[in-house]
Amino acid sequence: MSSELRANLVALNTIVYREVRRFTRIWPQTLLPPAITMVLYFVIFGNLIGRQIGDMGGFTYMEYIVPGLIMMSVITNSYGNVVSSFFGSKFQRSIEELMVSPVSPHTILIGYTLGGVLRGLAVGVIVTILSLFFTHLQVHHLGVTILVVLLTATIFSLLGFINAVFARNFDDISIIPTFVLTPLTYLGGVFYSINLLPPFWQTVSLANPVLHMVNSFRYGILGVSDIRIGVAITFMLVATAVLYFGCVRLLVSGRGMRT
Amino acid sequence: MSSALSIRQLTKTYGNGFQALKGIDLDVAEGDFFALLGPNGAGKSTTIGILSTLVNKTSGTVSIFGNDLDRQPAALKRSIGVVPQEFNFNQFEKTFDIVVTQAGYYGIPAKVAKERAEKYLTQLGLWDKRDVPSRSLSGGMKRRLMIARALIHEPRLLILDEPTAGVDIELRRSMWSFLTELNEQGITIILTTHYLEEAEQLCRHIGIIDHGTIVENTSMRALLSTLHVETFLLDLKRELAQAPTLLGYPCKLISPHTLEVQVDKEAGVTALFGQLALQNIEVQSLRNKSNRLEELFVSLVEKNLAKVAV
Repeated sequence: MSSELRANLVALNTIVYREVRRFTRIWPQTLLPPAITMVLYFVIFGNLIGRQIGDMGGFTYMEYIVPGLIMMSVITNSYGNVVSSFFGSKFQRSIEELMVSPVSPHTILIGYTLGGVLRGLAVGVIVTILSLFFTHLQVHHLGVTILVVLLTATIFSLLGFINAVFARNFDDISIIPTFVLTPLTYLGGVFYSINLLPPFWQTVSLANPVLHMVNSFRYGILGVSDIRIGVAITFMLVATAVLYFGCVRLLVSGRGMRT
Repeated sequence: MSSALSIRQLTKTYGNGFQALKGIDLDVAEGDFFALLGPNGAGKSTTIGILSTLVNKTSGTVSIFGNDLDRQPAALKRSIGVVPQEFNFNQFEKTFDIVVTQAGYYGIPAKVAKERAEKYLTQLGLWDKRDVPSRSLSGGMKRRLMIARALIHEPRLLILDEPTAGVDIELRRSMWSFLTELNEQGITIILTTHYLEEAEQLCRHIGIIDHGTIVENTSMRALLSTLHVETFLLDLKRELAQAPTLLGYPCKLISPHTLEVQVDKEAGVTALFGQLALQNIEVQSLRNKSNRLEELFVSLVEKNLAKVAV
């Protein structure tokens, strides 16, 4: 192994360790709120309202929404971790510690992305465990489940990174989650099957990337989906590659970091 | 002696059109203690920003220990440590973690990083603050933390941008002796400062930058030798009603007990004391009116200002 590669692996380990230390140190802000929110969803939507709704896609309403709610917490936490951590580093100027060091842009990006993925997964696991108090979970296809959750967490970590690079103030890091991410997630088939929608809105819904992620994950857990899994996974792989190289270009140019 | 830093025709024009650097050339020899001085907005921090890769240059070349900024950026970065003007560490991290994390960015394994962190935090008087969040450190401690962080990968060139700004005199002097020790160990040091006394005490060579151009680049000794006249303040034992006549020494009475005298280097002070003794004027003590470098600095910058205005 070349000394350059070895140095970058140490640097990667350092960034990931620092990111995990950050979100575990402030766990009341990072790990606890999604747990409480999701318990409320389970109780109100799944239990109380869900009883009135009846079955959906051949499953109880609670069973139907659990995969979507797990995915929702993975999406918001992966995104939120990278956007707040990277923008926080820019705001405090501690990003300069990384910029003056010989760490490669790939290492920086992979480090932050892994931080986001790990937080997304940590929250996903917490929400999954909590869901077991409300319903019985089966896993229809473990490979698809793991692949989809990893790709989704990676995609939203990379999107969070882009948001943080362009953000100039704290408003800029809350605008996208509030006005883009939340509507896309709520309209992404977390709480309903698009088969309930009129044909026109079904077609419109297919343009929502979150719909493909949620349904792919639901397929992995329940074995039912509103979309074609192969297409969705291909889309996610392509999106990951495009976003990754776009982020590397941003880092190399020093946008938002160098003058 | 080989070159630590070589800058050729370096320019920087910011997005708003402001030309901060107008094609500067600068060389710093290995092992030197170099002062880069200049008024606010002269281009010092832009130059340091380019060296530390936080500012993109517009044109020109930069080489540090033979590593070109464009072609070997990683090797160049490994060879320098930067102490910026503003605090730029995570205010929520502990002192020890900040230094060890920085070592990790340079690929230094955790065990070695922890040993070095202990060494530098101890040397800089911060070891007992290792578990304290950095935000609770005093201003002087934060500056020392940035020095420890800059040294953790043991760079050959240390660049300090106003390291003693806002630091009390006692601490400033202890930082001077620490930097002198580092320089004696072979680390090349480039320092910007507004305290000209600091530059005069520490540095062997000096570059003065103003309006994006280098207006002077020479040894401290050579620069100071260009100063022909020094102004002394004499504290008198008995008060005087008016300034005495001292042949070859223009003087004026500042207060009944204080006489300001201009002394030409060629003339020296021996003849001055002879004349004072003849007039029965006893001197209790004498001191320089101002820092010698300060006088030169002001005159060079004023000269350049006149040139720029033309």
